[in-house]
Amino acid sequence: MISVTGVSKRYGDFQALDEVSVHVTPGALTALLGPSGSGKSTLLRIIAGLEVPDAGTVTLAGEDVTHVSPRHRGVGFVFQHYAAFTHMTVRQNVAFGLTVRKEPREKAAATVDRLLDVVGLTGFQHRYPHQLSGGQRQRMALARALAVEPSVLLLDEPFGALDRNVRNELRAWLRRLHDEVHVTTILVTHDQEEAMELADSLVVLNHGRVEQVGGPRELYDAPASDFVMRFLGPVTETPRGLVRPHELVVSAVPEPDATEAQVARIVHLGFEVRAEMESGDGSRITAQLPRAEADALELEPGQIVYVRAPHAPRPAEPDTEEDLVRV
Amino acid sequence: MAGRLVMRGIALAYLGVLLAVPVGMVMVKTFEPGPVAVWQAVTTPAALHAFWLTLLVTAVAVPLNAVFGVLAALVLVRGRSRLRPVLDVMVDLPFAVSPVVVGLAMILVYGRDGWLGGWLADAGIRIIFSVPGIVIATMFVCLPFVAREVVPVLREIGTEQEQAASTLGASGWQTFWRVTLPAIRWGLAYGVVLSTARAVGEFGAVSIVSGKISGQTETLTLLVEKRYTNFDMAGAYAASALLAVIALATLGLMALLQRRKDTA
Ligand SMILES: Nc1ncnc2c1ncn2[C@@H]1O[C@H](COP(=O)(O)OP(=O)(O)OP(=O)(O)O)[C@@H](O)[C@H]1O
Ligand SMILES: [Mg+2]
Repeated sequence: MISVTGVSKRYGDFQALDEVSVHVTPGALTALLGPSGSGKSTLLRIIAGLEVPDAGTVTLAGEDVTHVSPRHRGVGFVFQHYAAFTHMTVRQNVAFGLTVRKEPREKAAATVDRLLDVVGLTGFQHRYPHQLSGGQRQRMALARALAVEPSVLLLDEPFGALDRNVRNELRAWLRRLHDEVHVTTILVTHDQEEAMELADSLVVLNHGRVEQVGGPRELYDAPASDFVMRFLGPVTETPRGLVRPHELVVSAVPEPDATEAQVARIVHLGFEVRAEMESGDGSRITAQLPRAEADALELEPGQIVYVRAPHAPRPAEPDTEEDLVRV
Repeated sequence: MAGRLVMRGIALAYLGVLLAVPVGMVMVKTFEPGPVAVWQAVTTPAALHAFWLTLLVTAVAVPLNAVFGVLAALVLVRGRSRLRPVLDVMVDLPFAVSPVVVGLAMILVYGRDGWLGGWLADAGIRIIFSVPGIVIATMFVCLPFVAREVVPVLREIGTEQEQAASTLGASGWQTFWRVTLPAIRWGLAYGVVLSTARAVGEFGAVSIVSGKISGQTETLTLLVEKRYTNFDMAGAYAASALLAVIALATLGLMALLQRRKDTA
């Protein structure tokens, strides 16, 4: 169990974290999600002990480690840019934690062999990091962090520097790995799709504060604020509030509670169609509907349609003015 | 194309006039009297002593400076002290101050009437006109090289590797030996080579603090100067050739390091 309680951190007069409290379930994969500069890395580094908070406490497995050095915390940390030991081979990199702990040679060798196998780098063990691809380097970094059997695995945008295909592949691989190893994991990302796909639970940060905590479904279906709603997927504004474009119902004839709008543009997205419309008061509305539905309506620019949300827009509690402006 | 040839020609001519021709001339002049005479000139007791003294001073000053240079670079790049800018300037000071002035300053501090002089004399320690003075003067003029070579390398490698090491359980000491030092090794080696070259060739500061006692505090450069002022041109050239050989060996080592650095 990782508990962060009331943690604040300032850099100069910039408040990077403002009384953040997060509690992570053991064995789960939690994603720290938020826009750039929201304090995700800072929070992760504080949990690892690479940064000391100005206020608040960090406990790992019930023990207050706020002022414990990173080397005694038993955390594995994976950096966005790998932080590979450039003068060591892949094997020496993975073995590093065991070497400095003076593990018996045979035992260490067996652990390293097993991990190289898990991350699929057995054939690369005598290479140097600069002879590896980005994805391979990151798998090496992961093996290195896992070698010391950390109680907690912390990943700071581990796939951020990789191209999309490799990223997707590693993502799936990480999830499988987590299901096998079950080490409590916190993953930092600013990619909501990645967070949704990987995590059991999400923590959304914004401006150094926790906006919401919950499972992927919970956050998507019941966002606590406009910010969370906008951050987790596309939204469109209706006169009654924010909705997801695919939830809007478009019809050719007037209906109760429906807003009249004129189609401005039709975008074909494969099996779905996005209709960009303008309502009478000049505000823009975007709807996304299955292709068959769009074809049935014979949607085309200039056409007048009637748009309504099937249920009350979320979030149920209207946000402050400030939140709306921020986004 | 022609423009580039002209540029190359100018650069080569410049280097030639400034460096290659004079150094070549020394070599030619050295061997004019014949190899036997050269051998005799560099194996007189004074010359042998000067040779060994130069090596001794270098062997003491360069390692001490290497340690200090790495520490200074660590403080400059990783430190949080507010005295960092001061250290930054101090490290460059030897570049800015003429070695002769360094020698005079040392007399003011360690000399008989100097600031520490009386105290040192009472303790029976002799610095000026003896080997420790030469070592200190040499250390002072070589001070910047290692730090200046290591600082950019430290900046470039950043702190992530060290942080990774600490999360993996390494102590500060283990991190330094296993991660930081190997990462800066080429910069350090390069700095050591430059310091060595400078230490071997140092003249100004040493000439003031050593007292130039033949067979005791006379280094190779001082020997060259003494022979020159005594109109022993052949002897001066022979001693210079010895210096040039040490310098060329150092440069060769540097080229070798450069090659390994590029391939590593
Ligand atoms: N060492 C530092 N000195 C000064 N300011 C810092 C430092 N580290 C972080 N900050 C500031 O704190 C804020 C939060 O930084 P942090 O790295 O935690 O953001 P992040 O959420 O990880 O962003 P990103 O997605 O871009 O990585 C940023 O505005 C950043 O400029
Ligand atoms: Mg970050």
